[in-house]
Amino acid sequence: MSGKPRLHYTNGRGKMESIRWLLAAAGVEFEEEFIETKEDLEKLRTDGVLMFQQVPMVEIDGMKMVQTRAILSYIAAKYNLYGKDLKERAWIDMYVEGTTDLMGMIMYLPFQPADTKEKNLALIIERATTRYFPVYEKALKDHGNDYLVGNKLSWADVHLLEAILMAEECKPDILSAFPLLQAFKGRTSNIPTIKKFLQPGSQRKPPTDKKFVAIVRKIFNI
Amino acid sequence: MPGKPKLHYFNGRGRMESIRWLLAAAGVEFEESFLETKDDLTKLQKDGSLMFQQVPMVEIDGMKMVQTRAILGYIAAKYNLYGKDLKERALIDMYVEAIIDLNELLMTHAFQPADKKEQHLATIVDKATNRYFPVYEKVLKDHGQDFLVGNRFSRADVQLLETLLMAEECKPDILAKFPLLQSFKARISNIPTIKKFLQPGSQRKAPLQEKDVPKLMKIFH
Repeated sequence: MSGKPRLHYTNGRGKMESIRWLLAAAGVEFEEEFIETKEDLEKLRTDGVLMFQQVPMVEIDGMKMVQTRAILSYIAAKYNLYGKDLKERAWIDMYVEGTTDLMGMIMYLPFQPADTKEKNLALIIERATTRYFPVYEKALKDHGNDYLVGNKLSWADVHLLEAILMAEECKPDILSAFPLLQAFKGRTSNIPTIKKFLQPGSQRKPPTDKKFVAIVRKIFNI
Repeated sequence: MPGKPKLHYFNGRGRMESIRWLLAAAGVEFEESFLETKDDLTKLQKDGSLMFQQVPMVEIDGMKMVQTRAILGYIAAKYNLYGKDLKERALIDMYVEAIIDLNELLMTHAFQPADKKEQHLATIVDKATNRYFPVYEKVLKDHGQDFLVGNRFSRADVQLLETLLMAEECKPDILAKFPLLQSFKARISNIPTIKKFLQPGSQRKAPLQEKDVPKLMKIFH
């Protein structure tokens, strides 16, 4: 019954990408089943395997888990990426919520109407450089450690790296005012499990393009 | 330095209400500092008290915690309302994340422009009665216990009750087809800490009135 976790989603980043990142960082091999058509989604729904009729869904440890944050928290706790106590967990949660908000903005960008894209991109860059990145830059500066929380790799570090790389896809020099984040990026990318995930041929998905947007609109009726 | 948690938000439900509910359910007394004007918010931002320049912010155990989910997770774990192990926690998280999704819909109803309100209400009722409530009804039916997870009171029960009551404010008979949710509602409402919170004079906030919306927009926009 156990085996590798099995991810159910479309063949693209979306809300599943953070889950792929975390499993990869934890060195956990996983399988993927891709939803290609509306019928694939309908079948999952009528099979009764989607608690709230939504994906992501991850089969893991005998559960059919849904809700992105629930899945991420479970993986983080299981693989010791969630701090050593309640307080470290609180800090990790706060940091992760920030990167979730930033990545959420970036995720929806390709789905916005064409005439709002420029404005939304400008907002993303503003938020990244004035609201979010300064927080993580300061955290690293204040304690001088390699990792955000507890001097140990956690979910917060993996999530931040993912957010940094996504933000750089929006604006390649977006880290120019953040030397410690640049060093963090270099360092964290070199962690063997993460380095492997960043190589071509891994299960990491490419940025969302027009073609994928069309597929998603069709499958999810949006 | 320890003392009562201190909540920073405007004098209304919004994203702080679930935190008020959980503290109250856990029997934890708390203080509140209300943002009345944009200057109040700006002051907090300039003080460096708000990690991402946003509220809710809760001063608790020497931290200035932000991000609703982080705060709720901390309170739940601290007061033993988060299940007994990883798997119970996973189940609680799944239930709670969906409740939060429904809550978002309910919360934004007051802000809908007049011409979109009716459609929005229809969406709320559709999602509540077809996507969310059936799941919790089935959970209660399948195990026959009083609480959603682990036969023990948890944050999932508190957050579900909060949402059931908010949904009933939108449509009073919205639980008509869900007998187990109706008895769940009565049962959880009678837990002493929650019963107290449901009484007039508690720190529970009233639903947002349309007349309050402009003042809110001024603070946050």
